[in-house]
Amino acid sequence: MNTHAKPSKLIKGATGDFEVVIGMEIHAQVTSRSKLFSGASTVFGNEPNANVSLVDAAMPGMLPVINEECVAQAIRTGLGLEAQINLRSVFDRKNYFYPDLPQGYQISQYKSPIVGEGVVIVDVSPTEQIEVGIERLHLEQDAGKSLHDQSATESFVDLNRSGVALMEIVSKPDMRSSDEARAYVTKLRTILRYIGSCDGNMEQGSLRADVNVSVRRPGEPLGTRCEIKNVNSIRFIAQAIEVEARRQIGIIEDGGKIDQETRLFDPVRGETRSMRSKEEAHDYRYFPDPDLLPLEFDQDYVDALKAELPELPDAKKARFIKDYGLPAYDAGVLVADKETADYYEAAVKFGGASRDAKLVANWISGDVAAYANTQGLSVAQTHIRPGQIAGIVDLIADGTISGKIAKDVLAIIIAEDKDRVSGSLSAIEGSDTAAMSGSVSDPRAIVEARGMKQVTDTGAIAAAVDAIIAANPDKVAQAQAKPSMLGWFVGQVMKETGGKANPQAVNELLKSKLGI
Amino acid sequence: MSVDQATVRRIAHLARIKVSDEDVPHLQEELNAILNFVEELASVDVDGVEPMTSVMPMPMKKRRDEVTEGSIAKDIVANAPASEDHFFVVPKVVE
Amino acid sequence: MTDLTDLTLAEARDALAKKKISALDLANAQIAQIERARALNAFVTETPDVARAMAIESDARIARGEAGPLEGMPLGIKDLYCTAGVQTTAGSHILEGFTPAYESTVSANLWRDGAVMLGKLNLDEFAMGSSNETSYFGPVISPWRRQGANAALVPGGSSGGSSAAVAAHLCFGATATDTGGSIRQPAAFTGTVGIKPTYGRCSRWGIVAFASSLDQAGPIARTVRDAAILLRSMAGHDPKDTTSVNVPVPDYEAAVGRSIKGMKIGIPKEYRLDGMSPEIEKLWDQGIAWMKEAGASIVEISLPHTRYALPAYYIVAPAEASSNLARYDGVRYGLRVPGKDIADMYESTRAAGFGKEVRRRIMIGTYVLSAGYYDAYYVRAQKIRTLIKRDFELAFADGVDAILTPATPSAAFGLGEKGSTDPVEMYLNDIFTVTVNMAGLPGIAVPAGTSSEGLPLGLQVIGRAFDEETLFAVAGAIEQAAPKVAPPPKWWAVGE
Ligand SMILES: [Mg+2]
Ligand SMILES: [Zn+2]
Repeated sequence: MNTHAKPSKLIKGATGDFEVVIGMEIHAQVTSRSKLFSGASTVFGNEPNANVSLVDAAMPGMLPVINEECVAQAIRTGLGLEAQINLRSVFDRKNYFYPDLPQGYQISQYKSPIVGEGVVIVDVSPTEQIEVGIERLHLEQDAGKSLHDQSATESFVDLNRSGVALMEIVSKPDMRSSDEARAYVTKLRTILRYIGSCDGNMEQGSLRADVNVSVRRPGEPLGTRCEIKNVNSIRFIAQAIEVEARRQIGIIEDGGKIDQETRLFDPVRGETRSMRSKEEAHDYRYFPDPDLLPLEFDQDYVDALKAELPELPDAKKARFIKDYGLPAYDAGVLVADKETADYYEAAVKFGGASRDAKLVANWISGDVAAYANTQGLSVAQTHIRPGQIAGIVDLIADGTISGKIAKDVLAIIIAEDKDRVSGSLSAIEGSDTAAMSGSVSDPRAIVEARGMKQVTDTGAIAAAVDAIIAANPDKVAQAQAKPSMLGWFVGQVMKETGGKANPQAVNELLKSKLGI
Repeated sequence: MSVDQATVRRIAHLARIKVSDEDVPHLQEELNAILNFVEELASVDVDGVEPMTSVMPMPMKKRRDEVTEGSIAKDIVANAPASEDHFFVVPKVVE
Repeated sequence: MTDLTDLTLAEARDALAKKKISALDLANAQIAQIERARALNAFVTETPDVARAMAIESDARIARGEAGPLEGMPLGIKDLYCTAGVQTTAGSHILEGFTPAYESTVSANLWRDGAVMLGKLNLDEFAMGSSNETSYFGPVISPWRRQGANAALVPGGSSGGSSAAVAAHLCFGATATDTGGSIRQPAAFTGTVGIKPTYGRCSRWGIVAFASSLDQAGPIARTVRDAAILLRSMAGHDPKDTTSVNVPVPDYEAAVGRSIKGMKIGIPKEYRLDGMSPEIEKLWDQGIAWMKEAGASIVEISLPHTRYALPAYYIVAPAEASSNLARYDGVRYGLRVPGKDIADMYESTRAAGFGKEVRRRIMIGTYVLSAGYYDAYYVRAQKIRTLIKRDFELAFADGVDAILTPATPSAAFGLGEKGSTDPVEMYLNDIFTVTVNMAGLPGIAVPAGTSSEGLPLGLQVIGRAFDEETLFAVAGAIEQAAPKVAPPPKWWAVGE
């Protein structure tokens, strides 16, 4: 994959072009009520050591028992990554000492992971798609948390996260720019969220990336890579790659050599730096955990999980293109967030009617998304209900209002409903009834009540046209010489009619009356 | 196979056990006695033999995804040499 | 009745059921014996108050007609079993003072059935040893002495506190654990009965781990019947232990006294070691003769990988131990020795907290798992384990019902006599017992005679997985046939 360097992705150095090669290990927290090997809660932000069982604190004689839901989540995710599901996998111990690692080892999967090779299709831009290979996915325990800034001489250890299930998703080194890396993580997060196996919340650490970066001159073999640990936002991932690639190019151009090492990205200083303290020669002494048996299940179990999987983003996108005639890019934008996609479909199908699916897409990806942005919400989280968008589109379609008036209607909905409806995702389901039952404003009612209806009565429009023509003989002459003046007349008529005149009717009448 | 003194020190550090200089020679001797004892295993033909992974072959039991434990922070830190506000306290860790 | 503590557990149970005695009588009698026997150093922690309180509850349940199968039976608990609210040390300085808030499944099963806790029994540190000399709390002294000698002997290990306490009548039975022979070898050294059940028969939950794939709980008792009674209560499926097996627990006591007529007893030729003591050889031949007299047929069998079991064990067990003992780091419980930084704290704590033998095994285990050596040592040893298990499977597939071997290569030895220069000398104690752990099979040690010096000697019976009943039947037949040996004189008893 990606064997030929793409010229557009190359980074210019002082001595020529460089290609950056990126692979990623993503740690995704598995969505589950309890931990991977204990019955303690996974809820974020509890009191110190409140979510800790005897097993999580590695009390003497404690034994792990695996959480079946975490296994199911890993399989679902593997299926979502089009990956090989291994019917037999093994849990190993990774041995090292650290205060937030109570057992003195992390239970992980080393030689035999639950999920093998797969692939993720990534839209980098409206015109560019790449495939990123998945090397493997394995289940492992999260560590606890050490707080170092509470005291000058001591660290405080909280084991609430200790033992929470993580999926480590390892990509192949298939990315060639920070944009590709950004798009990959975004897409991966979308898939995880569709499946419901990880909430993708990077601020709470549900998704962390270890980014492997190397550079080479085009056509050369892979360079020495550095691993940037624990980058916790998509923006930082892109920044870290940029600065790390620049750093490595600088060293190579100065005749230096890249040391394989673990580095940390400092977003404040905008640089990566070596984690010397972690560089001590590691020898993890992996061996199969004798407290656990091999993890085995049959194909029927996998098939049953597969049958219950929701429609995944790629399939949804293909269906949107096919069923709703959307351009690929528009479809891609809508399916990037599952709730937005559901919202879109609810609007398209609202009330069982059929309506212009492309127009609905434009409204949602345009005005609604813009409003959502200003509120820091997703489309579905806003108080604007799919039924209201359907209503607006229907009003335009049957000629009741113009597209311009439609924007006013939306503005009224935004202003009026703000306090009446609090945005809730479940309201999508209830939108059929809720949108028109009086709990939110009905666009048609707004138009009626405020007299915003488009004037299609040609008599009324003709009167306005006549009045404008009579009042502006000089402009009439100009227009007849220069037909582009027509716009001025249209504007005047729209002003006269309070914007309600059907623009097409105004156009036609003006043309015939002006004789142009 | 046998270990030299540098290896003894390396292993001791991996295992986080402090060894004094005078400990090293006799530790080396004892470890080599054990390694010598297990040496004959090298002669066993193990071609095509699966390493034992479960003593009694059976499917691995699984837990239901339920919160059944926790909210015992007091018990969790009760035996700790140092704790504060239900945190374990350790000498400062430099990252 | 001379002394209540000279009853067997079965006799005491029956006397209690007939209300001839009370549970409090039994507890008090044992507490008195324990207090007089401190010279044996069998207990790390005595819990007389707990014992009396539990006994009073037992008497109340008996009065209400709610007695459990072990109602009122005073027992000792190996200090490797976590006991709620009672210090649990594993015989180690690093866990001194550790008081768990939880109870091991096996000990909880005993309390559920009405047993009474006398205290926590001494053991080799983290169960690593064959003589109980590695305990931080000092060695246990065997109640046995060589004829006409006063030299202190070892009670075997690692369950040396258990074997000594049972042999000295300080309790009616004791819990023990067996990773390479730690139930059977001390039982053989002290003239008691010890059974290591099939791996997975008893829950490991709440028992301080030594080597997870080898550790198994079991009882040490004075008779085969007592061992059967205890195991029935200890055994059973535990959802908290993934390796605990969900199969029904039979009434083992019913198997004691069952005829072995027609059984096929295997005699593994590889257990006839070069330079084997004639005494042990004679004991084994005697056992074979008893089997024939009881109507069993004897077949020679081959377990060709036997000689590799002990070396393979000394890779697998230390490897698992090196990882299992990583949690003793001075952060959450137990000893902490301050250091200039966290790494220094770890290293100082573990150097001071672990004894010599434990440190040695952690280091060997660390080495055999380390990069470049893992395949050559650990993986190879686990493959050899597969071969050892296969040897047994083939023998059992040929129709062998049980296998008879010596339990130990010698009688008990003196304190400080072995292993001080070469650790391997001590390891050889487990030569007959360790194969059983490697294969996960059940094995029982039963007294079968005495040495020329008057010390107990034991035979071992090995069975199919989950067929402990056959072991109890065969061991019962040996017990029947063997000459009765008087308990050791109570030379330790003060105030008698
Ligand atoms: Mg990693
Ligand atoms: Zn990981």
